[in-house]
Amino acid sequence: MNMIVCCKQVLDPEAAPATFKLDAANNRMVQPPEVKPVVNPYDEQAVEAALRIKDKDKAAHKVTIISLGNNLVRDVVKKPLSMGADELILLEDAAFEGGDSFSVASALAAAIKKVGAFDLIFCGRQESEWDDGQVGSGLAELLGIPSVTVAKKVEVLDGGKVKVERVIADGFQVLEVQGPALITVSNELGEARYATLKGIMAASKKQPVVWKPADIGVDAGKVGAAARKAKIVKLFQPVKEGKCDIVSADSPAEAAALLANKLREAKVI
Amino acid sequence: MADNKGILVVGEAAEGKLLPITAEILGAGRKLADELKEPLCCIIIGAGLGDTGKAAVAAGADKVFLADDAQLKDYENSTYMQVMEKAVAELAPKIIIMGQTANGRDLAPRLAFKLGVSAVMDCLELAIDGGKLQCTRPVYGGNAKAIFTSDDFPQLATLRVKAGTPLAPDAGRAGEVAAFAVALDASKIKAKVLETVKEEVAGVKIEDAAAVVGGGRGLGGPEPFTKELAELAKILKGAVGASRPPCDNKWVPDSIQIGLTGKIIAPELYIAIGISGSSQHMSGCSGAKCIVAINKDPEANIFKEARFGVVGDWKVVLPAFTAKVKELVS
Repeated sequence: MNMIVCCKQVLDPEAAPATFKLDAANNRMVQPPEVKPVVNPYDEQAVEAALRIKDKDKAAHKVTIISLGNNLVRDVVKKPLSMGADELILLEDAAFEGGDSFSVASALAAAIKKVGAFDLIFCGRQESEWDDGQVGSGLAELLGIPSVTVAKKVEVLDGGKVKVERVIADGFQVLEVQGPALITVSNELGEARYATLKGIMAASKKQPVVWKPADIGVDAGKVGAAARKAKIVKLFQPVKEGKCDIVSADSPAEAAALLANKLREAKVI
Repeated sequence: MADNKGILVVGEAAEGKLLPITAEILGAGRKLADELKEPLCCIIIGAGLGDTGKAAVAAGADKVFLADDAQLKDYENSTYMQVMEKAVAELAPKIIIMGQTANGRDLAPRLAFKLGVSAVMDCLELAIDGGKLQCTRPVYGGNAKAIFTSDDFPQLATLRVKAGTPLAPDAGRAGEVAAFAVALDASKIKAKVLETVKEEVAGVKIEDAAAVVGGGRGLGGPEPFTKELAELAKILKGAVGASRPPCDNKWVPDSIQIGLTGKIIAPELYIAIGISGSSQHMSGCSGAKCIVAINKDPEANIFKEARFGVVGDWKVVLPAFTAKVKELVS
């Protein structure tokens, strides 16, 4: 199986809310330099989904990672290689920056067409900056392939078919999909594997392939910020007006009882 | 495009009844339609749709289209896309609204890209500005908000659960209900639903409960959820929920996850125990009328979001709190 996984380098979503600062001029948020970017956690789970298939026959299956952006941090974008992926392709250029789901998916589609034949594409269900959840399904539409979103389990069947468990509100659906297909992965899949020391050493020796817009046959004006369909009117951080009444007393048990009384006074209970 | 007119809401139904999200997006759509002075249509796709058309009119639709077919019983995007493509071609709406549900988040992007536009997903507010749709939504895990618009038509948006306000149902409202027949092309159907597995928890659902008791990583394991939290929830006639870490650790089922990609709750009372209050979690519970926090870390973000709080070890605080609440409500 030839599997492609799309991975995005993002600001660390687990860092404290206070680390997120508004960069209004560029319509984005930034974090201070001491907070390192990471691979979007759902994309790591997408890598995990591909590697679980690869585990069954390492020689027969290949996992190619594609990341898009500019000034990508090599330690970060190589993480999927350290986890066990085979190859890394970077779409790295200023022209790729500032895109919306449409221009990003368009660039990925062009890159995937250049990569050639594939059996499965995995994406995280959404990335943690814009939380849009559109690139995966949109990419499948641009490539004209079927898609299943929010998967928690993926099993390869005979004849290029895949069995997927898709998370729904109070349970899951089991679908059978004809490949080539695109699957977006959710955290219900389970924890992504850690990079092993052996994996990190192997990854450090691998050089990513780097492509510019011209390499994937697209005009710089057809990707990134230049090709956005979603226009940002305003990006802002809402002011938190709330003030918490921290109930304290001589002992935690007393504070607890006081809290209950306050809720009764406020007619909450 | 000058030819695009009106708003099309994609409603959802199950077992012959409208799902609550449908009335929510119709409520939001009605406001937009009235402002644009254009019609509000609704399409419902499924099987055994019964009286859902009438219910959708009562909820604000001017015209309802029922795509009712046994092959549409289970949601699958290559099947539902065929219905939507025909609907968009025939109705040429200016704006299309879906719910940010399992179906909506799957269908909206594919439909948008097929139409050569981009959808705005998981919106909190929809408004008309200069004849165009403007959408406000949370970004960066809820650490910021953004307002989006676009220059292409149709404009597509998905509205977050509980973000839209349903109209008071009006059985006397005038509106049409029509069948919407689609000849499904089997060769375009690329996936088959083999089965649907329900994993519902007993009792009232967290998205419906007036009181929710939520637990986080600080609880250390599964037992407190079925013991101490369940006890408090029972006294409050509510339900037990969780932030993401307990779900990822398999301490509790995924279906009680409250958060950006979990359930959205807006109860009268939300008690967050051992929950740090990440923005992603707050996205799921910020609609609660009163948030109470119990956490041993005074710097925890939850204390910036809660109305009342106690800093302390839940093992000591919670039993004392529960005992006092039990006394007060009896």
